Amino acid sequence: MCGIAGLIHRGKRSDVGSEMTAMLQALKHRGPDSTGFAVYGEPVEGDYVLRLKAAEQEDMGKGRGIDRIVDERIAEVERRMEERGAVIKARDRVRPHAVRYVLSHDGNTEALARYIEEVDGTEILSFGNGLELIKDLGDATRVADEYKLQGFQGTHGIGHTRMATESDVDIRSAHPYWAFPYNDVSVVHNGQITNYWNMRREMERRGHRFMSNCDSELLAVYTAHNLANGMTLEESLRRSIDEIDGVFTYLVATKDQLGMAKDTMAAKPLVLYESDDLIAMASEEVAIRAILPEEIDTVDPYDEEVRVWQA
Amino acid sequence: MAGMSAQKPADGQEQRARDMGMTTEALTGRTQQVFFEPSEEERFTYPWAADVDYNKRTEIDADGLTTTEVNKRLRDLMAEGFGTVVIQNPRGKHGLGVGILNRLNLIFEGSLGYFGVGLIDGPNVRITGRVGWSCAENMMAGTVVIEKNAGSTFGAAIRGGDLVCKGSVGSRTGIDMKGGTIIVGGDTGALSGFMMQRGRMVVCGNAGKNLGDSMYDGTIYVGGEIRSLGVDAVEAELTDLDRAWLTRKLRQYGLLPERGVDHFTKVVAGKQLWNYDNLEPNEKKLIL
Repeated sequence: MCGIAGLIHRGKRSDVGSEMTAMLQALKHRGPDSTGFAVYGEPVEGDYVLRLKAAEQEDMGKGRGIDRIVDERIAEVERRMEERGAVIKARDRVRPHAVRYVLSHDGNTEALARYIEEVDGTEILSFGNGLELIKDLGDATRVADEYKLQGFQGTHGIGHTRMATESDVDIRSAHPYWAFPYNDVSVVHNGQITNYWNMRREMERRGHRFMSNCDSELLAVYTAHNLANGMTLEESLRRSIDEIDGVFTYLVATKDQLGMAKDTMAAKPLVLYESDDLIAMASEEVAIRAILPEEIDTVDPYDEEVRVWQA
Repeated sequence: MAGMSAQKPADGQEQRARDMGMTTEALTGRTQQVFFEPSEEERFTYPWAADVDYNKRTEIDADGLTTTEVNKRLRDLMAEGFGTVVIQNPRGKHGLGVGILNRLNLIFEGSLGYFGVGLIDGPNVRITGRVGWSCAENMMAGTVVIEKNAGSTFGAAIRGGDLVCKGSVGSRTGIDMKGGTIIVGGDTGALSGFMMQRGRMVVCGNAGKNLGDSMYDGTIYVGGEIRSLGVDAVEAELTDLDRAWLTRKLRQYGLLPERGVDHFTKVVAGKQLWNYDNLEPNEKKLIL
């Protein structure tokens, strides 16, 4: 089933960490397996925030020297960063298997990301100027507490509560997906993509990498591909309705935009609230009410509807 | 009191079923099904329905309560004879007011989530906010009036009563409806009236693509534009009877357009689909 949520403040910053946590906790019944957040803070030009995981959460309980292995992986990641000229300005081991870096780097970020991910067992969750992407097993409150998300000041964010249907219960298959290698772009999705393998092969032929077997990752890769080829976010969302088969509603966030697209059957839900200074959307209204308890007017976007909002 | 009657298939049906290799089984266990005998009584009520007084009014504040707690409190109040109940702060909770099989004036001051007032038979419901997916699903009788918008599968499989949304609704409105009336003050989404079997649907605004797809019977009236008709849905002539009925119904709910109802398009089943041929099931099996 899965639950998705997103919000964007127009022209101001807010505690999007707490807001997204409240929205996703209200959607826990739609998917208790994992929770993920992509929140956007003040972009710092020249500095990058890189979040990576060096193991799956369940691997950490298996013993057999996993702590030492993870330490070695992280050390190797940092060695590779320095080798490619990246300067680590801040390092936070937020979880035993997850690290957040603030880097300065003048070179090609895609090449750096690919080089880092060659380290066995590591996956970059996000890489960008404003994006912070967090995902792990458990409900929204647990993940937000573990990663100290409450109080995060930003303009917008998207999130996901996952009920695993297409692939395993692990961080690799959790949303949001970073649109590798396109900085600051993230995607959450509710639905099933029926031409996943055809589209995946097409994307792989064009040199894109997939880290999971989750069909939702295709949307992130597809979006990254379109944006890298000069499309606007709105054009990419519109094209996806023709090219992606299946039932889906998905949200895409960039450094300063939030977009949504709904498939041709309108089979997956989305409720939308729009005011002058806040746009909020979720699979169910109860999530919007978690941050706006007063009476509000909401609408269901129709089939093939695409919307993009600017922060 | 309502009478109970066992439904037994006609001999011809039984014989055809046996010919097709099917067996029948008489269910002797307890059942919740109640078959009313229309000849017995003019006003039907369920055997367990409490006697309620519309003038006896109370309120429930749903803030901080679970759906189960709200619905349980509602039932307790009905058992005490309350005939008018106002539920405050529903705040999008799912499944509120479901399964009410009695007369009741029920007012929600706010919005409902999914499956609001589903499986009801008899109450008059007013919702001042909006409703989520599958509002009033399988409604048997009564009226439900929503002041704002509604989500998808609005009035799925309803069998009777009036279901009114004064705003716009999502996709698949009235899917599989088997009777009753659905009225939408604004627009409706794709595949509205899909596999509709009976009843009437009125959309004052525009209708999305594939309107009335695979409908068996029933009538859809659309005041605005129809993006496309579904398979086997065809336009029909708007008769004087249609105009009179539309005028009366829309006026009743304050939705009658200033320019009247002459501009409405009427859509019915073309009845050209395979299921309308004259083949017997065993003949059809041979062809397939």
